[in-house]
Amino acid sequence: MTANELKALKQLACKVRIGIVESTNAAKCGHPGGSLSSAEVLTYLYAKELNVDPANPKMATRDRFVLSKGHCAPALYAVLAHRGFFPVEDLLTLRKIGSYLQGHPNMNTVPGVDMSTGSLGQGVSTAAGMALTAKLTKNPCRVYTLLGDGEIQEGQVWEAFMFSAHYKLDNLCVIIDNNGLQIDGNIADVMSPYPIVDKMVAFGFHTITVDGHDFEALEKAFAEAKTVTGKPTAIVMNTIKGKGVSFMENQAGWHGKSTNAAEFEIAMAELKAALAELEA
Amino acid sequence: MADVKRIATREGYGEALVELGREHDNIVVFDADLAGSTKSGVFGKAFPDRHFNAGIAEADMICAAAGAASMGMVAFASSFAMFATGRAYEQIRNSVGYTRLNVKIAASHGGISVGEDGASHQCCEDFALMRAIPGMVVLNPSDNVEAKAAVKAAYEYDGPVYLRFGRLAVPVFHDEATFKFEIGKGEILRDGTDVAIIATGLMVDEAVKAGEALAEKGINAMIINMASIKPLDEELIVAAAKKCGKIITCEEHSIIGGLGEAVCSLLSEKCPTPVRRIGVNDVFGFSGPALDLLKEFGLSAEHITEVAEDFCK
Repeated sequence: MTANELKALKQLACKVRIGIVESTNAAKCGHPGGSLSSAEVLTYLYAKELNVDPANPKMATRDRFVLSKGHCAPALYAVLAHRGFFPVEDLLTLRKIGSYLQGHPNMNTVPGVDMSTGSLGQGVSTAAGMALTAKLTKNPCRVYTLLGDGEIQEGQVWEAFMFSAHYKLDNLCVIIDNNGLQIDGNIADVMSPYPIVDKMVAFGFHTITVDGHDFEALEKAFAEAKTVTGKPTAIVMNTIKGKGVSFMENQAGWHGKSTNAAEFEIAMAELKAALAELEA
Repeated sequence: MADVKRIATREGYGEALVELGREHDNIVVFDADLAGSTKSGVFGKAFPDRHFNAGIAEADMICAAAGAASMGMVAFASSFAMFATGRAYEQIRNSVGYTRLNVKIAASHGGISVGEDGASHQCCEDFALMRAIPGMVVLNPSDNVEAKAAVKAAYEYDGPVYLRFGRLAVPVFHDEATFKFEIGKGEILRDGTDVAIIATGLMVDEAVKAGEALAEKGINAMIINMASIKPLDEELIVAAAKKCGKIITCEEHSIIGGLGEAVCSLLSEKCPTPVRRIGVNDVFGFSGPALDLLKEFGLSAEHITEVAEDFCK
């Protein structure tokens, strides 16, 4: 990727973060922490990786994306809005009565959402079903799904991993957002899923570990995933929960709450300063 | 009656899947290590490329079927009623019901007549669980002919459907050449004026027999087959209630949350009518031969006859 492309991606991720903070602030609730940790990967997927068309969101050969960690809808919505699936100003309707931007993604109301999610562990199975069907019907699309590291405590996730390797779903790319925190604290303290990489290898995945905030590393990882045959790929991303807003970083408490007026002001000042620096 | 064929409704499921598979490329079938028992394996033998075993992982199976449906397939997912609707309830609720995807949950081994496996496998709560999901269609065919027709109707219907089939071979009383099945429609098998007996699944044949026994005792019972538990044939039930003034419901399911309660809810609002519910009376089952168990639980023509006689006193 060129320096200009990298700069553009960084700017876009910053705008996505602004969308996350503004929408959850307007909703007075929601999940900023995990949304912020996945801002880069979602930005990269929709800007560079996925074959999608906002003018034709149901295109049969589009690549599919399933947000298995559905509570990070604010990040997905911000990315979709900036990609042109719907107006950016609609982000401020998040979680409000009458809004199509439900608290967790609804495939029947949000253009660009391929699967309704929110109940952890289910999205990865639906993604596997999509990848299986793509192979059966010779649809050239690839299927991507993003899970939280806490989410992989769900037993169903491992059923889906077994299924994906058993059916050799090399058109499936599982991404795990390893930000280390869940609602009740450190994932290692609540119920350790570690060692994640060893487990993924044992379950038959081609596994890549990356810094989930590094666009160049993400580009390399997704390119590598496309070369893998006969097995699914897992990209395990090391990330920082709450990334980009100083007082939210690495704080489990910011998993599922919104800013008050003073906090909102600080968060927006930080993000706008970061954006100004990137645009300078 | 010696010439009456007895076939389990699950056999009709397998046969119908194969017929659908020949006509349509967009049908895929999932199972969770019970393909031999649910009869989805019959489809798997004919179309191995479109039959997927998820292993003993019902939650994953249901969601994988939802993923397939989101890609334009009509996905059937099979297990025993207990594990399909119990183990994977929330997966059905969130990934099939809420999404309104074209997934057909086709469960065999519903009810007490599972037999010797006992209570852990005798699911008498599936109608209740599935009825409670917004938009879910719930079908419980009474014989092999109706089972095949219900599977085809489920295929044609755009959206989630739950189908319950039985393990036990039961009499085939419909004529395949003339039988028509419609979701949301009941079927009057015998007209009558004294009491209307509304039955579903294998209880339909018992209700027909009860109707004959009651006729000999001078009680003229209307017998209705209600394979479509949701949506109910409201018009037919209200008309039967108005005509007979007494309703008996019969189901191989808990009296909580199934056909009986659905009929009571309808009538309490549209045509208040005394109702007696025959079903499993809020207890777990136990092991034994299926036919003996059905008698033990009062799921028999004899018991229906007794209840109707008492009701009509």
